[in-house]
Amino acid sequence: MSFFLIRMNFKGKDVISIKDFSKKEINYILEYSKKMVPYAKGEKYKDILRGKILSSLFFEPSTRTRLSFDSAMNRLGGRIIGFSDPSGTSQKKGENLADTIRMADSYSDVIVIRHPHEGAARLAAEFADAPVLNAGDGAGRHPTQCLLDLFTILTEKKSISKNRIVLLGDLKYGRTVHSLAYALSMYKAELTFVSPKSLRMPKEVFDECNELGVEPKQTTNLEKAIKDADVLYATRIQKERFPDPAEYNRVVGSYNIDNELLEKADEDLVVMHPLPRVTEISHEVDTTKHAVYFKQAFNGVPVRMALLSLVNGGML
Amino acid sequence: MKKELKIPRIKNGTVIDHIPAGNAVKVLRILGIHEKTTYVVSVAINVKSKLGRKDIVKVENRELDPHELDKIALISPKATINIIRDYDVAEKHKVELPKEITGIVSCPNPTCVSNANEPVNSRFKVVCKDPPRIKCYYCEREPDDIAERII
Repeated sequence: MSFFLIRMNFKGKDVISIKDFSKKEINYILEYSKKMVPYAKGEKYKDILRGKILSSLFFEPSTRTRLSFDSAMNRLGGRIIGFSDPSGTSQKKGENLADTIRMADSYSDVIVIRHPHEGAARLAAEFADAPVLNAGDGAGRHPTQCLLDLFTILTEKKSISKNRIVLLGDLKYGRTVHSLAYALSMYKAELTFVSPKSLRMPKEVFDECNELGVEPKQTTNLEKAIKDADVLYATRIQKERFPDPAEYNRVVGSYNIDNELLEKADEDLVVMHPLPRVTEISHEVDTTKHAVYFKQAFNGVPVRMALLSLVNGGML
Repeated sequence: MKKELKIPRIKNGTVIDHIPAGNAVKVLRILGIHEKTTYVVSVAINVKSKLGRKDIVKVENRELDPHELDKIALISPKATINIIRDYDVAEKHKVELPKEITGIVSCPNPTCVSNANEPVNSRFKVVCKDPPRIKCYYCEREPDDIAERII
């Protein structure tokens, strides 16, 4: 795969769901993200988005996604307007999302949105002329997280397709794992889903993997699953997504990744996590070579720089 | 012996036949035909036929657009549409689900943006025509009770 082979045009394209992209397009974004790394680290600077304004509309809390989008826009010389807490906006007065988007569209060149309603970003794209990037819509999609996860696997393992990947934790409500399972199936990675029985991967996700020619395994036994795995992707059990708090209390703390467990794994196993973590990964793991979750969080910057650059038509 | 018709023939208009028994009222809802309609409408429910029980709807003096009627394939994919002129069947169509369904079915996901206070209609992509399967354009959820979700 060579970046210069075919230059793809993403100008004006919305980034709503990973399913809107072909494998070829994803490969292109990932290769372009690699070129962004020295710019994301501040080792190089080029203001290709100078004069552009990003509307950053966060209707739900976020640390990494919001900050890495802000960093990405700043690193490319663009500017940011927006909010991280909707309580100070007209939403409090009853304004609907469509009107907020129309307004943001008229003030900026690109819109990043996180919203508690599934499909909010798709709706935003209908009302905006500017490209819309989905930074998470409720329990739905989170395509930029998916792309940075793929980027992390690619940079850590040199390839996406030849890996045995374990997805662990809240596979029922976790928005990152559904998109990721789909995307990894596009690359024919070998998938194992590990979760408590009540948080199993939904059937629709299995069906999508099957349609892409992948048959994921399913188990509750983490120790067995990681024995010959290349990547362990852990997720937080998200309290805020549980309709029933009692159900949350039954499953929280089901799995803990610590050094004792990792002794049983391949020495090249990498542990990923979209963060924030609660009890899934012991802090002792942070200093081992298995831990790549902080690198993964950094990777949000070059990947989001690549996306902002591509949809704005400002190229390196 | 001459077959006795449960509802009389119409001279001009539209006959929707082969509706699964018990679904005629839902078909009327999909077509936007309600109690204040000005059309003359006859409805037969649980009529015997070669293939078991069925419902029939007859709308007098109105030729409904067959493409508009395709929406009823959501609940009766085998329905047929007959355009009647001077007591004869002038045109006959089988319903076929369009690629997209707008404003007819509500999304089953309570946190879908189409169920919030937004100026949009519900919108579904048709995944499978028979049996009908649809997926929300916004949240990608598939309702498994389409007939119950007709707005």
